[in-house]
Amino acid sequence: MVDSAAAATTVRARLAAKARANPSVVLGGVCLLLVLVTGFIEPEYLSLNGARSSLLQAAPLGILAGAQTILMLTGGIDLSVTMIATGSAYVAASQSSHGAAVAILMGVAVGLVVGAANGVGVAVFRVNPLIMTLAMSGIMLGTFTAWTQSILRGSTVVAPFIKELAAGSFLGNRLPYSVVVWAAISLILIWLLRRTGWGRLLYAVGDNETAVRLAGVRTWQVRIAAYIAAGILGSIAGILLAGRTGAVDLQLANAFLLPSVAAAVIGGTSIFGGVGGYTGTILGALILSVLNSMLTFLNVGQDIQQLVYGTIVLALAWGYAGLANRE
Amino acid sequence: MNRPSPLLTISGVAKAYGSVVALKAVDMTVRRHEIHALLGANGAGKSTLVRILAGVHPADRGTLEVEGKTANFRTPVEAMRGGMATVFQDPALIRDLTIAQNLRLSQTDPATFAQWLDEFDLGSLDRDRMVRDLPLDILRLVDLARALALNPKILLLDEITAALTADQAEKLFELLDRLKSDGCSVVLITHRLAEVMRICDTATILRDGRNVAELEVGGITQQELVHAMLGSPVDLAPDTPAGTTAPTPADAETVFAVEELASGEAVRQVSFAVRRGEVLGLVALEGQGQERVFDILCGERRPSSGRILVDGSPCRFLSPADAVRQGVVLIPGDRLQALLPSLPVYQNLVVTLITRIRQWLGLPADERARAANAIDSLSIDTRAAAQVRRLSGGNQQKVAIGRWLVSGFRTLLCFDPTRGIDIQTKGEIYALLRKLAADGAAVLLYTSELAEIPLVCDRVLVMHNGLIVDEQVAAQATEASLLTAAHGLV
Ligand SMILES: Nc1ncnc2c1ncn2[C@@H]1O[C@H](COP(=O)(O)OP(=O)(O)OP(=O)(O)O)[C@@H](O)[C@H]1O
Ligand SMILES: [Mg+2]
Repeated sequence: MVDSAAAATTVRARLAAKARANPSVVLGGVCLLLVLVTGFIEPEYLSLNGARSSLLQAAPLGILAGAQTILMLTGGIDLSVTMIATGSAYVAASQSSHGAAVAILMGVAVGLVVGAANGVGVAVFRVNPLIMTLAMSGIMLGTFTAWTQSILRGSTVVAPFIKELAAGSFLGNRLPYSVVVWAAISLILIWLLRRTGWGRLLYAVGDNETAVRLAGVRTWQVRIAAYIAAGILGSIAGILLAGRTGAVDLQLANAFLLPSVAAAVIGGTSIFGGVGGYTGTILGALILSVLNSMLTFLNVGQDIQQLVYGTIVLALAWGYAGLANRE
Repeated sequence: MNRPSPLLTISGVAKAYGSVVALKAVDMTVRRHEIHALLGANGAGKSTLVRILAGVHPADRGTLEVEGKTANFRTPVEAMRGGMATVFQDPALIRDLTIAQNLRLSQTDPATFAQWLDEFDLGSLDRDRMVRDLPLDILRLVDLARALALNPKILLLDEITAALTADQAEKLFELLDRLKSDGCSVVLITHRLAEVMRICDTATILRDGRNVAELEVGGITQQELVHAMLGSPVDLAPDTPAGTTAPTPADAETVFAVEELASGEAVRQVSFAVRRGEVLGLVALEGQGQERVFDILCGERRPSSGRILVDGSPCRFLSPADAVRQGVVLIPGDRLQALLPSLPVYQNLVVTLITRIRQWLGLPADERARAANAIDSLSIDTRAAAQVRRLSGGNQQKVAIGRWLVSGFRTLLCFDPTRGIDIQTKGEIYALLRKLAADGAAVLLYTSELAEIPLVCDRVLVMHNGLIVDEQVAAQATEASLLTAAHGLV
C-alpha cells in the first residue's frame, strides 16, 4: 500500500518533470482539448472553416502578444500597443489613396515613432514601463481623437490590398494571407530571440540589468530597440485588424490589450523578465482564440462569457506558475 | 578525553536536486561549546547541508537531532524554534526594502539587533537605508546581527568572512569566542584555512556529498588540514608565484593609470599606475574608499576630480560600456552583480561578446569554443549548468571571472576575486592571474585576504581614509606590515 502510494507520487513527479521540460507539449494539449470541447458544442467548428476563423482571430492577437513577449522578457510591458495598432490603422486608412505600399509604410512609421518614444521614456528617463506606456496610450487617444476631426478626416476605409491581405485567403480559400504574415513574423521573432545577440540581451537585461551593464552593454540601446520592435509589431497587427473590419475607428484594437498580455503569460513568459519565449506565446494566442470561439458558440450572455474567460485564463496562468516553481 | 555532549547530531542526511546529487550521506556531530568548521571544495554540499539545517529544504533521507530529540525541520520557522540561526551564503535581505522594514518582516527585536550590530561599531547604521544601497560586507553583518538576535543554540555561518575585511573578521572571531563560552555552538563554513586554525575547535570535511574526516583542529597543522581536504598533499602556491617569475620590468609601458582621483569624502586623493604585465595589489580595511575607487575605475560612477589614463591618454568613462571599450573590465566584489541567475552558465559567459550593436544580429561563431575554454581553465562544475543560480557559490564566482576570459581585456580590475573559491581552485586562479599578466594584461587586485598579496602581486598599495598611504614590494609584504599600514600607522 505504502509502495503503491510512493509509486504514484514518483509517477506524478516524473510527469511533472516531463511537463516542466516541455511546457509547449502541455500547452498544445490544452489547445487541442479546447478545440475538441468546442467541436462538441458546435460540430461545425471542427471543419476547415472553424479552424480558419480561429486562426484569423489568432493572427493579430499573436502579433500583439509578440510585442508583449519581447518587452516582458526585459521586465517591461506595453499598455499602449493596442493604441499603436489603432493609430497605425488610422494612418494607413487615411493614406489609402496613395496606394497600399505608402499606406502600410506610414502606418508602420506610427509604431516606430511611438515605440521609440516609449523606449526613450523607459530606458533613458527611467519611467516605469506601466506608467510610460499607459500615459502614451492616453496621449495617443487624445491626439487621434483630435486628428480624426482634422488632418485624418478623409477616408476611414482601407485600401483593397490591405483588405485582401487581412481577410483574404489562397489555395482555394483555405489559407488566409494574414496567417501567412503571422507565420513569417513568428519565424523572425523566434530567430531573433534564439539566434541573435539582441535576443540574448533581452533575456539578460530582464534577468539582471547590472550584470549586463557591467559586461559593457549599453542597456538603454537594448531596451529602446525592444520598444521599437514592439511598436512595429503593434502597427502590423493594427493594419491587419483594419483590413479585416474594412474600416477603422478609435476602438479598433482596444479589446486586445489584456489578451495580448494574457497570451504571453499563459505561454510561460514571466512579467518579471528573463524567462519565456515566443513559441509559448503562439500557443497562448491560439488557446485564447479557440476559447473565444467556444464562448461564442456557448450562446450565453456576455457576463458569463467574461467570467468563464477570466477563470480559464487565471487557471492556465496559475498552472504554469505552479509548474515553473516546483523544483 | 572528556568531550562535551552533542548538541546537534546529523546522521545519514542525503539530498538531490533533480538529477544533481548534492549530498549522498552525511554524518556530523556538533558539540556544546564548540566552533565547528565545515570544509570542502566548491560544490561539496556545504551550503546544501546548511539549507537543510535551516529548514529551507527538507532532506531526502537521514535525521537531525537537537539535544537528543529528533528535529527534522520542515520550515525555517521550525528550525528557528529548534534553536538554529543562519547566515546564508547569499544575503537574505530583501533588496528593495529598508533595513528597518526587513527587520519588521523577520520580526527581529530592534534593540537586541542594535546591540549585536554595535559589536562591529555599526550601531549608528541608518535603519532607513535601502538594502540595495549598502555594501556587501555591511549586509553580511546585518544578516549576522539578525541571526544573533534570535538568541540561537547553534549559529550557522555560511562563508560569512568571504566578504569581510581583515578587521571585521577579527571582531567576528572575538565575538564567536565569547558566544562559545556563553554556550552557543557555531558551524563555520570558510575556504580560509587560517581562520579555521585561528578559531575552530573541530573540522568536518565534506567531499562529493559525504563526510570524509573529522579532525581536532588543536592537534594539527594547516598542511595536514589541506591534506585531509584534498586527499593528497598539494602545494597551494601557484606554479610561478610573483616572487619567482622575472619581476615586471620597471620600463614596461604603463597601461592604466589614475591621477589625483577624488570623490567626495570617500576618496580624497588616489594616484597610481599599472604596467603591462604587472599585478598591482590593493589592501584596505573596511570602508576606506576602496569600493568607491573601483566604482569610478569601471565607469559606474564619475569622480569629482582627477583623471583616468589608458595607454597614457586621458579617458572619461560615462558608463561601464566606455571602460570596456578601452579594455578596462571589472570583476565585482558582489558576484550577483556579474551574474544572470536564471540563464545557463554558457550564456553568462558569452554575454561579453555581444556588447555592441553590430554584434546584435548574429552570434559569434566561436562562442561555444570560447565558453568551453573558460569553463575548462576555471574548472567550473557544470552539473547544474542550466541556471547559474543553482551553482554552488564558488562556482558562481568562477562564472563571474570567466566572462572576461571569454572576451579578453587589457586591464583587469578585480575586487576580491577569490571570494568563496576553494583552496585548490584559488591556487589555479592565482596562476591564471599571473599568466594573464604575463600575456600582457595589467591587473589591479583588491583583496581582503592579505595572504594573497605575496602569492600573486608584484607591488601592493595600501589605502587608508581615502588616501594611498603606503606602497610595498609584494614579495616582502607580510600580513603584519600590511595591517600596520592599513591602520594608517606608517
Ligand atoms: N537549486 C539547485 N538545483 C540544482 N542543483 C543545485 C541546487 N543547489 C545546489 N545545487 C548543486 O548541489 C551541489 C552542491 O552545492 P552546494 O551549494 O551545497 O555546494 P557548496 O559546498 O556550498 O559549494 P561552495 O563552496 O562553492 O559554496 C552543486 O553541484 C550544486 O550545483
Ligand atoms: Mg556554498
